[in-house]
Amino acid sequence: MSHRFAHMLGIEPLSAEEIIFLLDQSKPFQEIQRHPLKKLATLRGKTVALAFFEPSTRTRISFATAASRLGADQMNLQAESSSLKKGESLLDTVRTLDAMKPDCIVIRHSSSGAPDFVSRHLPLPVINAGDGTHEHPTQALLDALTIRDRRGTLEKLNITILGDILHSRVARSNIHLLAKFGCRFTLCGPAMWLPRELECLGPAGTSIRRVTRIAEALEGADVVLTLRVQQERLHEPALPIDEYILQYQLTPERLRLARPDALVLHPGPMVRGLEIDPAVADGPQSCVLEQVTNGLAVRMALLFLMTGSGADAPPEKDFSHAAD
Amino acid sequence: MLLISNGRVMDPASGTDSPRDILLDGDRIAAVAPTGQLAERAKGAELFDAANFIVAPGFIDLHCHLREPGGESSETIETGTRAAARGGFTAVCPMPNTRPVNDNVSVTRSIIERAAAVSSVRVWPIGAASMGSKGEALSEIAAMKQAGIVAVSDDGHPIASAKLLRQVMDYCRALDLPVIDHCEDSSLFAGAVMREGKQSVRLGLRGMPAATESLAVARDVQVGELTNCRLHIAHLSARASLELVRAAKAKGLPVTCEVTPHHFTLTDDDVQYDTRYKMNPPLASREDRDALIAGLADGTVDAIATDHAPHEPALKDVEFDRAPFGVTGFETAIALGLDLVHAGKLSLMRLVELFTSGPASVLGMTRSIAENQPGDVTIFSTDHNWTFLAQESASKSRNSPFDGRSFRGAPMATIVAGRIAYKR
Repeated sequence: MSHRFAHMLGIEPLSAEEIIFLLDQSKPFQEIQRHPLKKLATLRGKTVALAFFEPSTRTRISFATAASRLGADQMNLQAESSSLKKGESLLDTVRTLDAMKPDCIVIRHSSSGAPDFVSRHLPLPVINAGDGTHEHPTQALLDALTIRDRRGTLEKLNITILGDILHSRVARSNIHLLAKFGCRFTLCGPAMWLPRELECLGPAGTSIRRVTRIAEALEGADVVLTLRVQQERLHEPALPIDEYILQYQLTPERLRLARPDALVLHPGPMVRGLEIDPAVADGPQSCVLEQVTNGLAVRMALLFLMTGSGADAPPEKDFSHAAD
Repeated sequence: MLLISNGRVMDPASGTDSPRDILLDGDRIAAVAPTGQLAERAKGAELFDAANFIVAPGFIDLHCHLREPGGESSETIETGTRAAARGGFTAVCPMPNTRPVNDNVSVTRSIIERAAAVSSVRVWPIGAASMGSKGEALSEIAAMKQAGIVAVSDDGHPIASAKLLRQVMDYCRALDLPVIDHCEDSSLFAGAVMREGKQSVRLGLRGMPAATESLAVARDVQVGELTNCRLHIAHLSARASLELVRAAKAKGLPVTCEVTPHHFTLTDDDVQYDTRYKMNPPLASREDRDALIAGLADGTVDAIATDHAPHEPALKDVEFDRAPFGVTGFETAIALGLDLVHAGKLSLMRLVELFTSGPASVLGMTRSIAENQPGDVTIFSTDHNWTFLAQESASKSRNSPFDGRSFRGAPMATIVAGRIAYKR
């Protein structure tokens, strides 16, 4: 079984089968991370353009490392060093990158839909590395890989997501992904970050409930996904940081309300003492560092599938009639 | 002289819906009579055979942006009015958000003089309510009225202060000018780019709730009641706003409103990061859209207005949240209205009213197919099949969500002051 992905703009349009395929494709790349020599030659001669229009450390390094380990060359564009500040439009910037002939482009952008916009204008594969408050598909894939490794399945789990759901692309992509496997969701946080329209994410029939009390949210949870509290967002609905810690910090006492084997995930960067108690972050249920390693595997699999399969190479010239 | 013969005249002002010939002489309608009866009088006249077509009073667009002066890379009076003529409009009302803002008599005069030189249709400017549309001090409204404005508005920069709005309305009441308000209480949101709802949450785009509009409508209606000034609500998009207008009308207050073709056709579900679907007010929910159609049919809505808002491609070919608000609309307006008629949601006579006597009465005018009326006539077909292609538009801009859409029904000719401004 094989699937072709013209772009990777979001999880929402993918089927459960395609997601399983991507996770399965990531398995050999997980193995590679354990080898003493981690570099492959699979994408030798290929070039991956990394266009990060929003500050990012871990996702950018993860994609860069994934490309390196596949043997691909990289073109790096970071917002602070780009010409955007000189007034160049996004379209002109990515067309300039495209003119240097990369084989795919990875985009992080603060505007929701920016990778979608770029994909409509460029003739090469676009991978969304996080767009505004829309989607972060590789994060959801690495989370799913982590959950599947630990639990053996993605089917029908109770997923609790804590934090600013409204402004979280990680929450959206995770809901889109896990809902395809019949998971049930409890979204928890201050009421202004939990608009009722969130219940409409995911395919029809997806069970999504919103609660404002953390104790209620954690009960029976198989997976607890803690979101980073984006302090730059706190001013929007003004909420004192101490209020958030008091009501929503994931502490060992609160985690005991979840199932004993519940997994704790965090997309990072993690602020110890804010959304998560250090004892939980470092505890046996925490998957935080596995998530980081799995991020490499998922991104290697995607880069391989989208630039390295050889399907895009020009067909060999047919010499069968050369005798004529 | 021009004789329009064999057409079906639909004239909402008189209720006429019958075969009539119309003779135009100079810039006026000289005679209206049953088919064939004007042959003698029309000897030597230019002939327009309107067989199978509807012949209506000239369409009036209460709300558009011609971008001149200051935004000529997106539109000019010449290109914008050519597009208006192709859409069947004989008169258009450009909003004052030009550069410089039309808040004083010299800008008003320059627009009117430019229009006299290059325009295909009548141009009736709307003056700014406040200086620079900044919402701080009254503009030169009386002087602009003498120069030719037909209404005042700070469209796009809603008047935030109820006190200033009251001053504007008191002043305009005395000048007998309607105040047109783009109703938006922007304190309810910051940086929103579409309607708040399922789709904004799904797309991760900032949404403004429908209440952003209806809060301001409620305020305007009440301030209007204090002053008894004519109040016209621009591009109304929410059911809650419509209900406030309906209640105000029931109370006998001089409140009117307009709805755009994109708001009665599309919904927020159509927004998919395509900036051609980005305008303000944003596309509404399906429930709100259906309420607007009901309002068009039951008379709560007085006019269909395009809010034709051209933006050159470089401005719209950007990230969704960075694109300017606005879509073009002149050339697709009547065809989108006819879609409602074909779907059985609106009578043809009512549709004609929404383009003619409806907007005319908002401006305190009459428009009718009758002797001695201005020679402005719009002739359209209800079943001509065609496809709108933005690249073939007369507008300088291409930002239409209806690019490539097929229609049944189209303007066939636009006659302004007795002369054919456009013929299909």
